[in-house]
Amino acid sequence: MFDTDNILETIHMITNEHLDIRTITMGISLYDCASPDTRDSCRKIYDKICKKAEHLVKTGDEIEKEFGIPIINKRISVTPIALISAACGEKNLTPFAVALQNAADTCGVNFIGGFTALVQKGFTPSDTALINSIPEALTATKNVCSSVNIASTRAGINMDAAAMMGKIIKQLAYNTREDNSIGCAKLVIFANAVEDNPFMAGAFCGAGEGDTMINVGVSGPGVVKSALEKCDGDLSDVADTIKKTAFKITRMGQLVASEASKRLGVPFGIVDLSLAPTPAIGDSVAHILEEMGLESCGACGTTAALALLNDAVKKGGVMASSQVGGLSGAFIPVSEDAGMIDAVNKGALTIEKLEAMTAVCSVGLDMIAIPGDTDENIISALIADEAAIGVVNSKTTAVRIIPAYNKHVGDEISFGGLLGSAPVMEINSFSPARFISRGGRIPAPIQSLKN
Amino acid sequence: MKAVITVIGKDTVGIIAKISELCAKVNVNIVDITQKVMDDMFVMIMITDVSAMNEKFTDFIDKMDLLGKEMGLVIHTMHEDLFNAMHKI
Repeated sequence: MFDTDNILETIHMITNEHLDIRTITMGISLYDCASPDTRDSCRKIYDKICKKAEHLVKTGDEIEKEFGIPIINKRISVTPIALISAACGEKNLTPFAVALQNAADTCGVNFIGGFTALVQKGFTPSDTALINSIPEALTATKNVCSSVNIASTRAGINMDAAAMMGKIIKQLAYNTREDNSIGCAKLVIFANAVEDNPFMAGAFCGAGEGDTMINVGVSGPGVVKSALEKCDGDLSDVADTIKKTAFKITRMGQLVASEASKRLGVPFGIVDLSLAPTPAIGDSVAHILEEMGLESCGACGTTAALALLNDAVKKGGVMASSQVGGLSGAFIPVSEDAGMIDAVNKGALTIEKLEAMTAVCSVGLDMIAIPGDTDENIISALIADEAAIGVVNSKTTAVRIIPAYNKHVGDEISFGGLLGSAPVMEINSFSPARFISRGGRIPAPIQSLKN
Repeated sequence: MKAVITVIGKDTVGIIAKISELCAKVNVNIVDITQKVMDDMFVMIMITDVSAMNEKFTDFIDKMDLLGKEMGLVIHTMHEDLFNAMHKI
């Protein structure tokens, strides 16, 4: 009936290799919360979230206990606030962020995402208001996450938005300077953002989603690394080992997702098959790459190894779940991955190499600290570079960068918890100011014309 | 519904007795036991039927955890569906 080895393998994965469900994220549409009156809209938002997500944390805890699988985070994603706030014409959207924070506190979730604007082609007045409100909104709140989509393969890159985001990130870093500019860890700039991503800080409930849904993000870099430790074969064998492991991990995600959906009476959305590292020892994506045979993450060969990993995770996971979505692949955040931090500290990993890696990983430049005096145009240009990789390769890319106020190359900033700590990295200081000041749009690439 | 109880720890007198006693008390039927002692490490996997149990499954898990702590053992009590999902297609 049950194979003893299988049972012990599962227990070993959970207790020794950090196998867990990283997040159960409930997506909630706020379309019915729009109102010409800001206070009325905020009240509706608070009420709807609290009603829909009332049992989310409790149900997650119950599933965790009964199945014996750690479920690390319970979170909420909502419709991009810029779409909802358009009805009231408000200039400062901080009250909406505060309403989200209050709802998160009431429901007991540790992050709520959706203080978002989608401006890949242009700005509505509401989009502009939202972007301008980000520094104040993310300073006034603790658990609200924000994202701005500035590019897509279909629309090209909105360079006016890239220019704005450089300034906004700097302002946010200054506003939260007392806490190592932590505000910037809650802001993601996307190209090709996905609508059903359960992972923070980039989660929002997209325009085409239903009223509520359950999306689950699995994890398990430690399990993959440990499986590779036993694999002596060539790289085809390595890919096969990763596929088998990803399959098992994803089956667990699918089980939790369907169970949560059933118990909460909310439709199941997707399972996101991502390898999401944490700062804990033995939970690192960089260490998987090193296990494949690299002296250090960042060495030549890193991009190829990551491409293999990212692809094998998807191939293994896709058969294990009825609906796969989100970002699905391998994340490469620096501050949240002990192996990445080590690689940076010993000079093996640079921002340029990380940028190359983002062409083949699931997202982009993630949780990277740079000197606080970095020019805003450099940040905007870095965002544009990253967006270009996403737009041309028809993949999601993102930038979550922290110009840590008053910190310099070699300093280390610590955020604590899952956000970890980041060494301040050197960034190319030659000026792209003239390029950024031109503004306008970089046209959509030829591969966007698929019809 | 079935639950899989795994017990790992230093071997001592009465491990199976205590765990069986707790199962009987809440009307949990033991379906199968696999047990080994390697050096002085005790490893046991017990398959149980919990459909007729007379308390909440989560309370049973708490009691097993507590028993594990008292005896210096690591006891996992888990829903069978997890293993079915991960290891059966």
